[in-house]
Amino acid sequence: MCSGRIDLEFIIRSFLKGQDGVFIGGCNLGECNYVTHGNFDALANTYICKKLLEHIGLNPERLRINFMSGADGNLLAEYTDDFTKTVREIGPIGKSEGMDIKKVKFKLEAVRKLIPYIRLVERERLRIPLKSKQTYTEFFESSEFNRLFNELIVDKLAICQIMMLLREKSLSAGEISEILGLNPSEVSRHLDVSARQGLVRFDKSHDLIIAA
Amino acid sequence: MEIKVGAIILSAGITPFDPSSVDEYGYATMQNVVTSMDYERLLSSTGPYEGQVKRISDKKYPKKIAWIQCVGSRRVTEGNNSYCSGVCCTYTQKQVILTKDHYSDTECTIFHNDIRSFGKDFERYFQRADALEGVEFIRSYASVVRENPETKDIAIRYATTDEGVKEEEFDMVVLSVGLNPPSAYKEISDMFGIELNSHGFNKQDHSNPMLTNRPGIFVSGAFQGPTDIPESVFTASAAGSQIGELLDYRRGKLAKERIYPEERDVSGEEPKIGVFVCHCGSNISAVVNVPSTVDYALTLPNVVFAKEQIFSCATNSAQEITDLAKEKGFNRVVIAACSPRTLEPLFRDTLREAGLNQYYLDMANIREHCSWVHAKQKDEATKKAHDIVRMSVARAAYLEPLQEFDLPVNPAALIVGGGVAGMTCALSIANQGHEVQIVEKNKVLGGMALRLQTTIEGMDVQAYLKDLIKKVYQHPLVHVSHQATIKKVEGYVGSFVTTVETEGRVKEIKHGATVVAIGADEYKPSEYLYKENDQVFTHIEVEEEIAKGNEAITNAETLVMIQCVGSRNEERNYCSRVCCSHAIKNALKLKKINPEMRIYILFRDMRTYGLREDYYREASDQGVQFIRYTPEDAPVVEAMKEGGKDIVRVTVPDSILGQKLELDADIVSLASAVIPAESTHEIASHFKVTLSPDEFFKEAHVKLKPVEFSADGVFLCGTAHYPKHIQETINQAYGAAGRALTLLTHDTVVASGSVCEVNEYDCVSCGACITACTYGAIEFVETPKGKKARVNPVLCKGDGVCNAKCPTSAIILKHFTDKELLGQIDAAVTKEEIMEQMDAVLELEEV
Repeated sequence: MCSGRIDLEFIIRSFLKGQDGVFIGGCNLGECNYVTHGNFDALANTYICKKLLEHIGLNPERLRINFMSGADGNLLAEYTDDFTKTVREIGPIGKSEGMDIKKVKFKLEAVRKLIPYIRLVERERLRIPLKSKQTYTEFFESSEFNRLFNELIVDKLAICQIMMLLREKSLSAGEISEILGLNPSEVSRHLDVSARQGLVRFDKSHDLIIAA
Repeated sequence: MEIKVGAIILSAGITPFDPSSVDEYGYATMQNVVTSMDYERLLSSTGPYEGQVKRISDKKYPKKIAWIQCVGSRRVTEGNNSYCSGVCCTYTQKQVILTKDHYSDTECTIFHNDIRSFGKDFERYFQRADALEGVEFIRSYASVVRENPETKDIAIRYATTDEGVKEEEFDMVVLSVGLNPPSAYKEISDMFGIELNSHGFNKQDHSNPMLTNRPGIFVSGAFQGPTDIPESVFTASAAGSQIGELLDYRRGKLAKERIYPEERDVSGEEPKIGVFVCHCGSNISAVVNVPSTVDYALTLPNVVFAKEQIFSCATNSAQEITDLAKEKGFNRVVIAACSPRTLEPLFRDTLREAGLNQYYLDMANIREHCSWVHAKQKDEATKKAHDIVRMSVARAAYLEPLQEFDLPVNPAALIVGGGVAGMTCALSIANQGHEVQIVEKNKVLGGMALRLQTTIEGMDVQAYLKDLIKKVYQHPLVHVSHQATIKKVEGYVGSFVTTVETEGRVKEIKHGATVVAIGADEYKPSEYLYKENDQVFTHIEVEEEIAKGNEAITNAETLVMIQCVGSRNEERNYCSRVCCSHAIKNALKLKKINPEMRIYILFRDMRTYGLREDYYREASDQGVQFIRYTPEDAPVVEAMKEGGKDIVRVTVPDSILGQKLELDADIVSLASAVIPAESTHEIASHFKVTLSPDEFFKEAHVKLKPVEFSADGVFLCGTAHYPKHIQETINQAYGAAGRALTLLTHDTVVASGSVCEVNEYDCVSCGACITACTYGAIEFVETPKGKKARVNPVLCKGDGVCNAKCPTSAIILKHFTDKELLGQIDAAVTKEEIMEQMDAVLELEEV
């Protein structure tokens, strides 16, 4: 098994289960034990996941990836100590972010539901042909990545959350906007899109939105 | 008992030097003077204080420890060895690092002569030890002066550059003792009728260091001379291969096939897990509370049985696991012990013996990941061991039985590179009845050895090479492709297909194993006026010019050699290993031709390790001047005219005299680095093997698998692995042959069951897995339900990258399925912990 096997699902699931931090260890970049250089996939996933965490209001420092060879036991210990220290400083998940556990779980669950879609986006729009640390860092720290993330993932995540709320019970647009902390115009835009896709319908008499 | 054998290998090893006979170290009289072997025992968890370093006199922890290097080595006085033992510099650094790991405030002082970090990655290792706080390396002879009668501390006298001779007391003194020949070397020699050298090691045939003077009797390991672990390992394979050449016709005649009991089908049963928690002697149990971990395991879901064992890997313990599995009827096993890296195959075998599928095993690593790293936090470590076991049990419940399959093995070998390493390896394989193809990039065979004239011991390299090349061309099973480049490599262990372009035509070679022996290059210095001034050469060039009879060199009045040119610097942070001996070899040769020549060798550490030390001494005796320099104050070289003569002035600080020395040289010779061959990256990507930080090929394990790659079916030898002397290359080449033959002599090789598989029902034929797979193991196939991805399990190497890419989770890596891993992730947190966390958050909100 390669670090490239580390699914987004694994990371999100760990946080969902209440872990305060997730550490991924991979072989040194450019020194793949296989020939796949899957550690670059792990790196890309980490960048994407950090962005997702940040977007839903969690500290992205709760996720870390470090690379080392099989002989670098000392480095592993060093990285682990350092990461443990960081996570201790950040504190329990949700607490330092001012979110209660329920909200953290709701948001993470929305991300988890979106993973199949994120995989497609990663393949189509976020994959870098040249596997070098420099190109990866440059791309994932660029405004271009921000733009793509906003364009491709942010709306979907909002709709995903709206659907999760509506599947529980029907709500008014105002209630949705309050629960998710989104401004009403955005909510109505999302609802329009969702209605056109047949995901929701409007109950005009009660001013409610119902999951289709 | 009488045993009839066709051949004998003498692996008599070494005996540590015994310092009790030498008064100056006080070993026999002072309690707190120990040898490095004693210290090794102190560090060991099965040692006298269970891994605690304590003084014998008062059982206190020493706060100040001194190591004295070269005890018994590099000395011509009676009772000592004249040679360098080769291993002590690095083992001392290891002991220092381990000491600092355990006791971070202990002061460690090492009194040394040269630092001989000539092995692969050793330079970095030295730097690591040197950089530790409270560790000081002092270049000085040191003598034990006295024992403090009250404290039993030991006073050491040593010389410093700025403060003159000093005396200092230490809590403990470790004597870094060298390696002696086996204590019974005389008896061995008499019994087997073999000749020894003056030191008591086997008298070496430099063209084949495994040979003794009696045909059929071989040596391996340190009986060749002082040797480190990797060399011992590959000389063992090497001696094995040579015996194979003698006895190949009887191969396999005495082997018996292992018969396992029939596998029990447990797929219909509920998971019933048996947990075994290993003490690992005291490696685990000194830190982790093993009985409590056993009790804890019994509380976990699906666990029907749990037990502790002193060493789970011992034969009787494995038998116990087999017996209990049958008796208690459990269908999955968790072994809480060490890393699966070493012992997983053994425990899988244990399961097979119990009639269980071997993939029903999970190992919970509570040693490397727990007891070894949390020695000081016993309670927390025990808690962590519980966590690790719980996660392992959770995964085990989801494990599925998997089948391994046999791949056919093509008995032919492909050798990349036709130098000494490649040819030696090729002949040894061919002599055991296998076809061998050598692919050589040049027009002629021979490689770097074509430029070498003699070895330091005096072997005529050209005569040896001529004979070797002749044997290669005359061997009916060895085929050579000249001016050849590798275009493409397909296939896998047992059946590779390599496309080679040679002398204008393209051919396909089918082979079961590959040996990478592409050698190394000589660094072309950009420093010291090389190529700018025709009086500046490299050591290899000087050797060539001497052979040509170039009088400008042999008649030189003054010749200056500069060591470590292009090595041991930021760009190449390694020692090129051969250059010190090369300098001595050239110096001795020149002194023989022209005894009047003034020869200066400017060096950082003279690394004439092993028996080569004697030649260093000889050069010194013949008046060769050795001047130490540091990289911060490196020699300066200027071309000028002096007295109407073109000279090269070399200015170097002399640390002993404390002033600058100006040496007016007729010839300057540079010890230019040995660098990885130009085609290294290309070959590495063809055969899917990896490189070390210094860009030499990276072996599967630096000590234990020095001629194998982690890619199956690909082997390594010669300077492609790391710079080395010709004898060492020959040793390693036979070693690689030996390892390749263990594969080639079998009809089939077993492939792992942990490969990917597509659930066609879920596959939406998006091709995400196909783009992710660099092995080309996944293809679309037409099915009645449309185009679906399908995995060729032979090509799949089980990395599982595809698994993380599939939007519908249709492709799964068996043995590391989502279910198994998510089960483990979920179990990382206990329900109680989740509740605690929630309560904490709720409380905060209330406040």
